[in-house]
Amino acid sequence: MSFDRIKEKLSILADAAKYDVSCASSGGKRANHNKGLGTNTGMGICHSYTEDGRCVSLLKILLTNHCIYDCAYCITRKSNDIKRAAFKIQEVVDLTINFYRRNYIEGLFLSSGIFKNADYTMERLVSVAKKLRLEENFNGYIHLKSIPGASDELMREAGLYADRLSVNIEIPTVSGLKLLAPDKKHEDFIKPMKKVKDEIIQYKAEKKIIKSTPRFAPAGQSTQMIIGATGESDRDIMYSASYYYKEFNMKRVYYSGYVPVLADDRLPSLGTEVPILRENRLYQTDWLLRFYGFSVHEILNESNKYLELDIDPKLSWALRNLDLFPIDINKADKRMIARVPGIGLKSVHKIVQARTFRKLDWSHLKAIGIALNRAQYFIICNSKDFYKKDHSETILKRLILKTSNSKYKKHFNQQLSLFS
Amino acid sequence: MNPQTILLYDGTFDGFLTCVFTVYDQNISDVVIQHYHLDHNQLFSVIEDVITQKHLAHRVWKGFKEKTTKNEQNDFFKAFLSEIKGVENTLLSYMRSIFNRKSIKTIDFSNKDILKISQVARMVAREKHRMEAFVRFQLTKDEIYVATVAPDFNVLPLIIKHFRDRYADQKWLIFDTSRNYGIFYNLKTVEMIRFEDKKGLDPKCISKNHNLQESNFQELWNVYYKNVNISSRNNKKLHEQHLPKRYWKYLTEKNGM
Ligand code: SF4
Repeated sequence: MSFDRIKEKLSILADAAKYDVSCASSGGKRANHNKGLGTNTGMGICHSYTEDGRCVSLLKILLTNHCIYDCAYCITRKSNDIKRAAFKIQEVVDLTINFYRRNYIEGLFLSSGIFKNADYTMERLVSVAKKLRLEENFNGYIHLKSIPGASDELMREAGLYADRLSVNIEIPTVSGLKLLAPDKKHEDFIKPMKKVKDEIIQYKAEKKIIKSTPRFAPAGQSTQMIIGATGESDRDIMYSASYYYKEFNMKRVYYSGYVPVLADDRLPSLGTEVPILRENRLYQTDWLLRFYGFSVHEILNESNKYLELDIDPKLSWALRNLDLFPIDINKADKRMIARVPGIGLKSVHKIVQARTFRKLDWSHLKAIGIALNRAQYFIICNSKDFYKKDHSETILKRLILKTSNSKYKKHFNQQLSLFS
Repeated sequence: MNPQTILLYDGTFDGFLTCVFTVYDQNISDVVIQHYHLDHNQLFSVIEDVITQKHLAHRVWKGFKEKTTKNEQNDFFKAFLSEIKGVENTLLSYMRSIFNRKSIKTIDFSNKDILKISQVARMVAREKHRMEAFVRFQLTKDEIYVATVAPDFNVLPLIIKHFRDRYADQKWLIFDTSRNYGIFYNLKTVEMIRFEDKKGLDPKCISKNHNLQESNFQELWNVYYKNVNISSRNNKKLHEQHLPKRYWKYLTEKNGM
């Protein structure tokens, strides 16, 4: 292969793929078979970090950035005047293997612009994965993008070789999709998702009867939405997200703050700041839904369409529901403790264990590590000394903000710990 | 007053365990175990060289295993590999309390030795994970993937399994330049190796011995690394928090050509 040409392709096709945030390489163990190459231990390793602080664990590239579509938010769109390139299948295989052997990566994340049609593109993605598995005996991680509109047969084949499959829904609302990607159909996104979900269910059922059933996408499927490209509200976004979690058993939904890359009347202008804090609040909400037992309309609804940016969504919910508090840390149900601002799941666990030995007071709670500056207003414990409830929502919010101001105003970033 | 006894050993785990055996065998009460490299010119002490004897070491370890959980054994070994000055004596005192305890169930969490050991073990484990992430192999003319490292702790013994499982079909060598030994996988087993001539593994020599394509792939990796960054999101503080500067020397992408 001509090295200079490969280098150029790599720079174009890595650059075009970088706005996809779902870099996780975790989930779905894969052992090394017959002394082949690679393992997937189920816990992704970050082999490096980019200067924006993101984990580099996979070779994340497009097979090609030629595309027949013209989605406004996408740098690869047809009408954009950029350099185009396409990898040959073998070139991607060689890059993956050689990077992997040098311990640069955990595996491959392959996506693509759509050339000719969905099936033609999907077939090529599948060939890469198939070659890696069958010819190279590669057991590292493979994440393939499902191309909207790809046929069921191809999706099935993809799942046999890939660890994870994902379709990026990109635009959270159907109307937004119409506006920004007029020639793409919502159903085209749904179809491959549904196929993957059905196959996973079928695999699990067959596995119980026939042990040798070939594995299907062991790390499940995920999707991504772009945040802040159309005027969608946080409610729209999170309602869509819960829909995808529920309907398609998504492992993860990713939220990606829109990075203005193109001038287009339908989009935020170039130079608009990336909504990093909003992105972070959405991730926090996502956690509340998946792990803290909240349902989406408790947090976002007709009268609360947007998440508050200055406080986290749990605190925001608690302030709106002051009548449910304070709760008694020594008696309250585990699920209710998880709803107290400033108490994370680990602390919930510790509290429930510790209170079987003794009644907990403030010093115990402090030692357990809960954020008292927020939690103190919402709980009572084994102490006469507690916050008397006589402030309104607004005053309480101001009080709390005063003690945690710096943390929320200054350095927020994508990997900010979700709840302290 | 009995004088203090200093036992000198060769720095190996078996050597240390042989010392423990000696302590019990000779019923020594006031004892310090240390590497023979370290100074030991204390007055009024008895100094004794302990020769590593595998079968004695195994006896001690077998006894220890019967009284501990798998986790405690792992932590013990990790703490030993930390090579922190004096760790042998913490480990000895911990071992003594283990040999005295009645059953596995009664772990005394207020025991200072246990706390210290699990703390040190955690530090060592972190370094192990970093090595698994940051090792960068370079392919040499004789088809061996070679990497040099200089970890804070002696973690090579801990990463063998990970690399053997993952790179089962290629020969590889990971060499610890600060401890001057390496682990080499010959497609069958992993062995410890040392070089007579230390120069055999200075980074310059490796690059002279590159396989034809090696520098191309390094360059491709650097191109990739540069192009996945989203510069409008740059965050230097976060970057260096995840990727502390002292590890940059290993990383191909941080030493761009
Ligand atoms: S189809 Fe995909 S690659 Fe093509 S323009 Fe739309 S989002 Fe971009």
